[in-house]
This record gives sequence, C-alpha cells and structure tokens, in this order.
Amino acid sequence: MAGITREDVAHLGKLARIELSEVEIDQLTQQLGDILVAVARVQEVASADVPGTSHPLPLVNVTRPDVIRPSLTNEQALSGAPSSEQERFKVPQILGEEA
Amino acid sequence: MSEPMMDYREVIEKYEPMLGLEVHVELGTNSKMFCGCSTIFGAAPNTQVCPVCLGLPGALPVVNERAIEATILIGLALNCDIAPWCRFARKNYFYPDMPKNFQISQYDEPLCTNGYLDVEFETDEGMQTVRVEIERVHMEEDTGKSLHVGGSTGRIHGADYSLLDYNRAGIPLIEIVTKMVPDTGKYAPEVAKAYVAELRDIVRSLGVSDVKMEQGSLRCDANVSLSPRGSGILGTRSETKNVNSLRSVERAIRSEMQRHGARLAAGQKVHQETRHFHEDTGLTTPGRSKETAEDYRYFPEPDLVPVAPDAAWIEKLRASLPERPSLRRARLKSDWGVPDLEMSAMVNAGVLDLVEATVAQGADPARARGWWLGEIARIANEKEVEANSLPITPEDVARVVELVAAGDLTDKLARQVIEGVISGEGAPDVVIAARGIKVVSDDSELMAAIERAIAAEPAAAEKVRNGILAAAGALIGLVMKETKGQADAAKVRELLLAHLGH
Amino acid sequence: MSDLVTKSATELSSLLATGEVSAVELAQAHFTRIGALDAKVHAFLHLDTEGALAQASRVDKARANGEKLSLLAGIPLALKDVIVQEGVPTTAGSKILEGWRPPYDATITARMKAVGIVILGKTNCDEFAMGSSTENSAYGPTHNPWDLSRIPGGSGGGSSAALAAFFAPLAIGTDTGGSIRQPAAVTGTVGVKPTYGGVSRYGLVAFSSSLDQAGPCARTVLDAALLHETIAGHDPMDATSIDAPVPAVVAAAKMRDVKGMRIGVVKELGGEGYQVGVRQRFDESVALLAELGAEIVEVSCPHFEYALPAYYLIAPSECSSNLARFDAMRFGLRVGDENGRSAEEVMNLTRDAGFGAEVKRRIILGTYALSSGYYDAYYGSAQKVRTLVKRDFEAAYEKVDVLVSPTSPTTAFKIGEKANDPIAMYLNDIATIPVNLAGNGGMSLPCGLAPEDGLPVGFQIISPAMRDDLMYRVGGALEAALNDKWGGSMLSQIPALESALIQGGVA
Repeated sequence: MAGITREDVAHLGKLARIELSEVEIDQLTQQLGDILVAVARVQEVASADVPGTSHPLPLVNVTRPDVIRPSLTNEQALSGAPSSEQERFKVPQILGEEA
Repeated sequence: MSEPMMDYREVIEKYEPMLGLEVHVELGTNSKMFCGCSTIFGAAPNTQVCPVCLGLPGALPVVNERAIEATILIGLALNCDIAPWCRFARKNYFYPDMPKNFQISQYDEPLCTNGYLDVEFETDEGMQTVRVEIERVHMEEDTGKSLHVGGSTGRIHGADYSLLDYNRAGIPLIEIVTKMVPDTGKYAPEVAKAYVAELRDIVRSLGVSDVKMEQGSLRCDANVSLSPRGSGILGTRSETKNVNSLRSVERAIRSEMQRHGARLAAGQKVHQETRHFHEDTGLTTPGRSKETAEDYRYFPEPDLVPVAPDAAWIEKLRASLPERPSLRRARLKSDWGVPDLEMSAMVNAGVLDLVEATVAQGADPARARGWWLGEIARIANEKEVEANSLPITPEDVARVVELVAAGDLTDKLARQVIEGVISGEGAPDVVIAARGIKVVSDDSELMAAIERAIAAEPAAAEKVRNGILAAAGALIGLVMKETKGQADAAKVRELLLAHLGH
Repeated sequence: MSDLVTKSATELSSLLATGEVSAVELAQAHFTRIGALDAKVHAFLHLDTEGALAQASRVDKARANGEKLSLLAGIPLALKDVIVQEGVPTTAGSKILEGWRPPYDATITARMKAVGIVILGKTNCDEFAMGSSTENSAYGPTHNPWDLSRIPGGSGGGSSAALAAFFAPLAIGTDTGGSIRQPAAVTGTVGVKPTYGGVSRYGLVAFSSSLDQAGPCARTVLDAALLHETIAGHDPMDATSIDAPVPAVVAAAKMRDVKGMRIGVVKELGGEGYQVGVRQRFDESVALLAELGAEIVEVSCPHFEYALPAYYLIAPSECSSNLARFDAMRFGLRVGDENGRSAEEVMNLTRDAGFGAEVKRRIILGTYALSSGYYDAYYGSAQKVRTLVKRDFEAAYEKVDVLVSPTSPTTAFKIGEKANDPIAMYLNDIATIPVNLAGNGGMSLPCGLAPEDGLPVGFQIISPAMRDDLMYRVGGALEAALNDKWGGSMLSQIPALESALIQGGVA
C-alpha cells in the first residue's frame, strides 16, 4: 500500500486551509505515515458484508416543528467578529469562485 | 473580449444538444432548515441568525419537519420514488458565506429518486411533449449573502473586502436534478425553459415556495453539451449559473450551444467548467478556474439521524397532491373554450390563476380574461412588475365586470376604476364613490345635455338632421365633456340621433 | 486548609440545607484555595468570580425565602473549557478561540445554572479535547495533584485535577475516547461517560460528533450520580439525544448491592501492555466484587483490538470537518489581515497559527481519510469496525450485566514523557475507546494506588446502552467496599498540595 507523500500532505494542507510550513509538512509526512500504517488495520476485518455504523444508537426521524424561535440580536451575532461593518461580518477579499 | 459563436442553425445541423438542469427551490417554511430562525425576506442584516445557522462552536442542527414534507411532496409531484430510509451528508468546502465551511446536504442517499416530468413546448408543428427524467430531489441548506465592497465593478474580482449577512444561511433549499435530456434538436432552449416553467408551477401549486426567480427562491443551473450528430459520442458539458429568469434559461442554453459549436468547429476542446450568465449580453463568461477539482469529502452527517418517512404518511401526502398544472390548464382551456395561443398568453403573463379566481367570483370568463390580459397586464408591463403583485384582486375585477354588465359602468369608466384600484385608492366601489364616477344614463339628464350641445353647435345639428351622421361626433363630444365622460356614449348617440330625426 | 473543600457535594449539600454554611462562603472558600494553589496545578483557565458569587448569592436568597432547592443548589463546580457558557471566555484549550465569549449557554450549562450550581470557572484541557495528557493545551499543561511532575490525564485533566486538588467538589468533563475516564483514573477521582445521547451535546464544542459526550466528574460515585441526573435527559436542540427518562442513577449509586450481578472481565482489555500495579489493583477489585456476591465471567471481545485504529480514523475525520468553522471570518483569532491578503490566505495563516500540532495532525489525517479514493479504505472501513465492536458488546451483554477493565494501561506518566510520540500517547485510550465507538456508558472510579509508584489506578465499568444505572450500582458498591477496606477514601491519602513542589522537567 502506497504511503503518504510530501505532496499529499501539502495538498491536504490546502484542502484543510492550513498554511503548513515546510518543517510541518516534513513532520506530518513522517508521523502520518506511521499512523496510517497503524490504522490501516481496520481493513483486516472490514469485509463487504459488514455494514458501517454512523450512529451509535438506532434513532430515526428526529425533527422539529416549523416554528419560529428567537434569534440572536445583531449585537450578539457580531459579538465575536474579528471585524464588522454595517451590521455585517467584514472579511477580506474573497478570491475563490462563488459556489 | 467575447468568444466566437456558431450560427444556431449550423449548431443544430451538426450537433445533438444534451441538456441537464439543476433547479434549487428555496422553501417558504416559517423557520430555517436546521434552526428556528425566521426566514422572512428583507430583514435587517444578521438579525435572523442564531448559534446554529452562524455555525458557532457547539451548535447543532435539528431538521425542520415541514421541509421533509415539502421535499416529499415535490418528489411525489415529480413521480419519484421516496426513499424508505436516507441520511444527510456533509459537503465539505471552505467559503465565507457558508458558516460551518460544510453544507449539510444529501449525497448518495437522496430522499427522492427516479422521477419524471412531461413537458409541453411549442414547435413549428404545434405543441409537443417530452419526458424529462428526474435523477433526484434532495434537501440541503442555503448560504449567507456576501456584499462585495470596493473594486471597480462591484463584483468579486478587484473587491477590497466583503460584508456577510447570514440571514439567508440555513434556509431550506431543495435541489432537483434532471438526468441528461437527450437530443431535443433546435428546441433545446425551449424545452429547458418549459421544464423550468412547469416545475415552477408545480412547486407553486404545492404551496411550498413562492418560486420567484427574480428573488432567488427558484434558481436554475443549466448544463449543456454537444454531441456530433449521429456519432453517439457524448460531449463535455459546461454548467451555467446566475440564470435568473425563464427567458434567461432559454438564452443561456442557446448561447452555450453556439459557443460550444464554435469551439468544436475550431478543433478546440470544450472545458468542463462553471460559467456565469450575463443578462445584458445574453452570453456566458468563465467562472474563476480552479487549479484542482474540489474534493467535497462527503460523509454521513453525524449530528443528524436518518430520515425514514412512514409509508402511510407518504400515501397521505400523495393523496393530498393538488391537480397537476398541465391538467388544470387543459381543463380550463376546455371549460372556457379558449385557443392555445390565448392559454399561453395567460400563462406567460402570469395571470391564469387570477383569471380563474375572477371567474370563481362569478365573472364571465371572456370578460375576466379581457381585463387581466388587457388593461392590467399592460399596466404591469409598464411598471415592470408581475400582474399578481399589483394591488388589484380577482374580487376587484369581478366587481368591475359585474358593474359593467349591469350598465353601471361603461368600458371607459371601468378602465378608470381599474386604474384607481391599482393606484391604491381602494376597492372598486370606494374608487367610484371617491371619484364620483357615475354613468349618466338618466334620459332626461342626457336630453338636457344634448339640447345644450345642439344649442352650442347648431351647424353640426343641422348637418345631422340632413343625414350627415358623422357630424354627430362633435355633439356627442360636447355631451361627454359636459358629463365628464360619465355619459354612456352609445346611449347619447342613440338619443341624439333620435332627437334629430333618425 | 478549610475542611469544607474536602467534603463531598452530598455532604456540602446537607451543610447548605441546615444553614451551617452559605453558598457564598462555600464559593469563597474554594476561590481562596484556588487562589493559593492553582499556580502549581493550573487546573483553571478562567475563574468567573463575579458570576459565581452572584449565583451563590441568588441561591442563598432563595433558600432564605424558603424556596425548595435542588440538592446541588449552591455547590461549586468546575466546567471543562469545551462547554460554552454565555459571556464567559471559552477557549477549548486553543489559541484560535482565545478571548471568545459565547453569546449562548450550552444546554447542560443552563440546566446546572437553573438548579443553582455555582460554576467557579473553566478548566484546562487538551486543545479541542484531543489528547490524553492535557499537554496539548495551548495554555500550558495541568499538573497532577498527586505528583505535580506528572500528567493529570487528558483531555479533561483540568477538571479531574480540580477535583483531586479540592478546588471544587464537582466538575464537568467530556469524553470522546476516554477523556473523562482516563483523567479520573490517574487522579483518583470518579468520572462517567454517559450512554451516547444521554447528555445533550448542544453547546459542547464538537470534536468527534458521533463519539463526544459530556459527563459528570466528582470525588464520589453518589456525587457523580447527582450531577448526572441534573445534566442528563432529552434535549430538542440535540437531534442525537435520547428521548427517554434518565436512568435512576442516584438510586443505583445508593444500592450498594451487587449480589447476583454478572460482571464480565474483558480478556482483551488487560494483560500485556498494562502496568503490573494497574493489573494488580484491578484484579483485587474484581475479587472484592466477587466477595460481595457478584458472579465474575471472563468474556472475549475479539474486535476490541481494532477499536483504537478505527477511532483514530473516525475521530480525526469528523474533527477535520467540525473544525473547519474556525476560519477567522466570524469569531476567534484572525491573523494576517493586512497588506491586502485574501480571505483564503487569512484563513490559512490563522489556522496554522491558531491550531496546535496535535490538532493539525488530526485535521490532516481526517482530511486524508475522507478524501475521494481513500474513503472506503479508511473511514468506511472504520465504520465497519464500529459495527463489529458493537456486536462484541451485544454478545457479551447476553452473558453479563456489565463489563469491567482497568481504565488506563498505566498510572500517570511524567509530563513530557510521551509528548513527542503520538502513537504512544494514543495507546493510553486503548481500554476506553471501545466504549465510545459502541455508544455505551463507562465509569472510572479509584481502585487503589499502584504499589510501584504510589499513583492512582482506575477501575472501569461499562454498562449496556441506556443502562447507566448498572455502572452506578456496581461503582457505588465497589467504592463502599474499597473505602471500608482502606478505612477512608483513597483521596484522603493524597499528599498535601500546600507542601508540594513542582519537580524538574516541567514548564
């Protein structure tokens, strides 16, 4: 099984929006390589006839009625904002394409 | 710098267009998809937000039951299978308008699958029908709104910063995806438009959304690819966003077909990309290109439990489905004895519901149509709004029709009343009273006015006596002037002519 | 040292009820002790003196008015800093949330406030609850009151240390892979992870959504039960919370009777890799339970050896997504917002500056495990192991009422000893993790000091889902029997903190 490469880690850093330094990339490549070997053991028993469990308890259909509940005030909403203007969150220029 | 376009006829000759349409419907629920914040449009920024829809640390989503119901209704109306068990999934990507930097959506387990919608469209040979197959209908949540500040165009490129309002974040969004619609030839744009229009009508008839494209409660992404005619080779598709009206759907598809055609003819590849439609030019431009395709890393949403709609409930919902709009149109057409063209005109002007409601109040169908398609549609066009947003109701129009039928209003006076109602002066009877609108039909009053007119224009009266009936016009005009237009002109003419020996 | 601070919540409750002490006096006594000694322990990240005294005062007034109050009204409590408390700094042990004051209360915070519990402050923890030693806190480690050069366990070392240091009689922790139970074990205190869904997660800063649970921490099993009943129960704001009555844990804690109960010793959780003294104290406790009339059965849970690797795929995957919201846009740290940098650049710089190494490691690992092409091999396979672990538990519970094991393979290790070896660190949770994967309830209570180092050993009891009362029943009985044997609680043997010195090699 192919190990994780530096390029992989650098790419993952981009996907996860973390500006990893070269040193961090090196360290992570090595550490994650070891960890992945250890965790890959799960494949030993993960056969096709075993379904995955995403929730520990078999709950279904938990919903809430379509009723309005009090919202935060504008002040509360913006209270933690690094920057705000005109009652909105102010963020630096967005380069990425609109989703 | 615009891209080359192939002549449309040439495109059709050489290529088979393949269509895909993705429509997002913003539900009109009272509260958001995963929290109790209000969804009312136009509130002050960031006043309809809470820890959940702001994505604050520690907050958790809980599903709105009405959103599930609405999705099932849409799925049933589109002849879909409803999944007996499905889950939500996280779609992970970073964007400032998405507070959690993941969107709760559905991935490989949508609530509704495998449906279809039969769509009618106009061709040279008359109305035709095509079956558009529906791949899936699923639930997700809307994003916040960003306001880009600075920069020369006010669009993203060159903006200095952005301001974010999360009132819209978390509003329920239903995504309806078609399977690829194969070769519809030159009618691809019309088919697309007709599909979106019919889908809109269906969703509106379910009462789950106001589906207003111009307000964003109905959004359409159009996918187009071209396959060389007869080759069986599928082309690369492009996705076009920002298609904000039915007309834009048509134009965007046509424009993309032409653009693809030009590229293929020049031996160039069509890029699989997302493009932005421009209302002003009718053309598309590329969105910002990405170095790598986004990997959304979907996994089942651990904060929500599966949705397993009860079969009996689904059947109850199915039984509650309203009459399909196309069937309703056929029924009305037959009831009213109205040609296709007039039906289309009513649908296009968005007045069909209003006409039907007016008829339900007792008005004659032809008269009802006349007002809505005529005077009222004209005023709506002038004001650049939809007829159903004018402050005049079917009750108002029915009352006017009643008054005209009873002879209490002439057509001319009725038009004044309609204008008055639309101006906000009140209901028809209020307008009539306030403006003192009254048909003068009392014979003695009219005779008195007629005699005064004859006295004022003896020469004209003499001409009429001598058989030059056209001269009556001047006299009638005087009477109308004196009665401030409230006399029934036909009646005046009748009395005048009789008085002058005819 | 004021006697008050060593009392249990139950004892303090009586004193408050009879008026021998007021809630304000009680709070002040604890603040005094904290003020004198927390510099050595570093259990707290923030003390809410004003808020706590105001709450204590309210409780005293209510009592004076003759209002009927909860047993826990006026009792001081230490709250792990991953639980939001309105207006009070909540950092989750991270720089990326430094100074953030939430605009809302977690459901459990609101419930505790409503019964009059006096929240003294927020306790230290591994950053975003990721760790087994509290060394991953961005604000420096917490020291084990038994030996200040050692770790107090993690991720909830601050809460457990606060209890062992007598800074509060009650605490709240959270447990994703053992973060309540393992600190309880190495500090000689009681910690309970309720059945998943038993306690609301609304307001718990998410680490791994399908594994996280908040739970009660205390110095006695009964105290933990009282707190458990206060915080547990259905919450409409948490779709994963159980809509059923809270199991009768207080009654169970008082029963002190295990006659006829079948207690399963898990073969795979013990043996090699477990410190000798840990195994010894565990075996002694099992024997004691047998003396009390329980039937001891050996059970095998063959898939438990895969639980650790599965956990280290599921938890990082979920956390890579849960932590995406920390992007400098709406709250928290923002770095690099000058010189016309883009939002993306600011996000990248902030997250690198604001997250510590372990958090980054798990985010990258989780991003990898979820990425296309790898999902089936990693995350998908881990979810299957989860099913197999659940099945092992279900099969075991056909034969026994509860399962038991040592909580942790070792006693408290030295600060710095395992900090550079992530995998060695992960192994601390080898006995606790299977419980989170399956969603069962788990408790750790003190069962003795290891002979070789004199440090606390924890005894883990695992109950079937939604039967938390069973672990309280066994725990309560064992605790009573052990206290009888020792002639007092184990914590009464803790070296006095006043004279303790922080020893070499510690920041």
